[in-house]
Amino acid sequence: MSEVTGPDVGPDTGPDTGTDLFSKFDPLIQQRQQLLDSGIEDPFSLVMEKVLSPTRAICNGRDTILLGTYNYMGMTFDPDVIEAGKQALTQFGSGTTGSRVLNGTYQGHRECEDALKEFYGMDHAMVFSTGYQANLGIISALAGKGDYIVLDIDSHASIWDGCAMGKAEVVPFKHNDIEAMDKRLGRIPDGAGKLVVLEGVYSMLGDVAPLEEMVRVAKKHGAMVLVDEAHSMGFIGENGRGVAEDVGVMDDVDFIIGTFSKSVGTVGGFCVSNHPKFEIMRLVCRPYVFTASLPPSVVATASVSIRKLMHGSNKRAHLWQNSKNLHAGLKDLGFQLGTDVPQSAIIAVIMPDLERGAMMWEALLKEGLYVNLARPPATPANMTLLRCSLCSEHTEEEVRTILGMFERAGKTVGII
Amino acid sequence: MDRAAVDSSVRSLIEPFNKKEIAIEDSSSFANDLEFDSLTVMDFVAAIEDEFDIIISMNQQAEIENFGQLVDAVTALQN
Repeated sequence: MSEVTGPDVGPDTGPDTGTDLFSKFDPLIQQRQQLLDSGIEDPFSLVMEKVLSPTRAICNGRDTILLGTYNYMGMTFDPDVIEAGKQALTQFGSGTTGSRVLNGTYQGHRECEDALKEFYGMDHAMVFSTGYQANLGIISALAGKGDYIVLDIDSHASIWDGCAMGKAEVVPFKHNDIEAMDKRLGRIPDGAGKLVVLEGVYSMLGDVAPLEEMVRVAKKHGAMVLVDEAHSMGFIGENGRGVAEDVGVMDDVDFIIGTFSKSVGTVGGFCVSNHPKFEIMRLVCRPYVFTASLPPSVVATASVSIRKLMHGSNKRAHLWQNSKNLHAGLKDLGFQLGTDVPQSAIIAVIMPDLERGAMMWEALLKEGLYVNLARPPATPANMTLLRCSLCSEHTEEEVRTILGMFERAGKTVGII
Repeated sequence: MDRAAVDSSVRSLIEPFNKKEIAIEDSSSFANDLEFDSLTVMDFVAAIEDEFDIIISMNQQAEIENFGQLVDAVTALQN
């Protein structure tokens, strides 16, 4: 019998320390450390110990007005919504433990899709576990190798990731530039599949896309059109269907993507469409198939919330008023804003740099106001933004209080 | 348009973006030598696309690291 020998691995030179895969993050680690060393509260690890209402919470121990939660319609504490969630939790349990295409479709998921079909007046609705997964799944399944996706350069990360996952040819154009989009569509080779991806409201600056012209141009070139209405649902358009409804192009939009984590007030994502073959998406969208479905309580709260949003015109009017008041007040104080006029429930305040942006964020938090600190690479043109998102539950008086906080903080930091 | 003509055309298109006024060679890299950020890349690519009436998709851009590779790609795309 021969001796058992191990594989030939060469002389033993001790363990190879290799390359630390984390070294690519060193610049970010350093930047973050510098910020924290300057004594600023970490803007990216805030904890809300108690949530008192859609507009108030105890944050890092302080009573705080919430102005950066995307809770546009204040549905998170609606008594009907909460009751529906409680009932579903009791009757159907805490989770489905399964994919939508296996054991994860309950009565509640179907009812939620029915509510969406009614809300949008569309034939098909498909509910995903998050809005991110809705974009990831639909875009990657629709546009594959050899197809072309033409999209705005300021698109959300979930759109970019969907493009990358599908391996289509990705052709971006300058933000909201109709002519640049038109030219790129015109250069796509004959016979190739074309998908145009747009957003109703762009969340960083709170500006709206010129959808009327853009959808017309996309259709002129025979492209299918997908519009992400995450930040407009429930608020913009006569029935709260979004910017596409507001400008009257719903019939020419092939797919609307949305989320439950903003106006609807819970978590989840969806796609609605009138395409006759749409149902096949349930079998070909990997982020739909290979993940567990939403818990029964979540889809139950979403259904009730969506149905209540259909009748939310008074709340919509108040939210618009809040947005106008905040925009005008901040402008009067001398802050630089993302848009000349308020176009959505997002008001972006442009900071001179990350350092003063973080100082301003902290000064506001100490005043008792929470806003989002947004910084590159998530922001366009390397801007640092303090992003404010209003809620229909903010009172007029609260908006005045908020303006007072901005004035004091802005003067302390030396921005105004 | 032959490679030499594409080269001189792209060379003039890059001028307004060449803020450090470095001498452009085939091996000049956009990220390291020219220090283009993502916005500069978008504007520069748009200028080339409009000049030659072509599409350089992001997938193709990912393969292009230096000036010489760009000239090769544009030469191939406009034929």
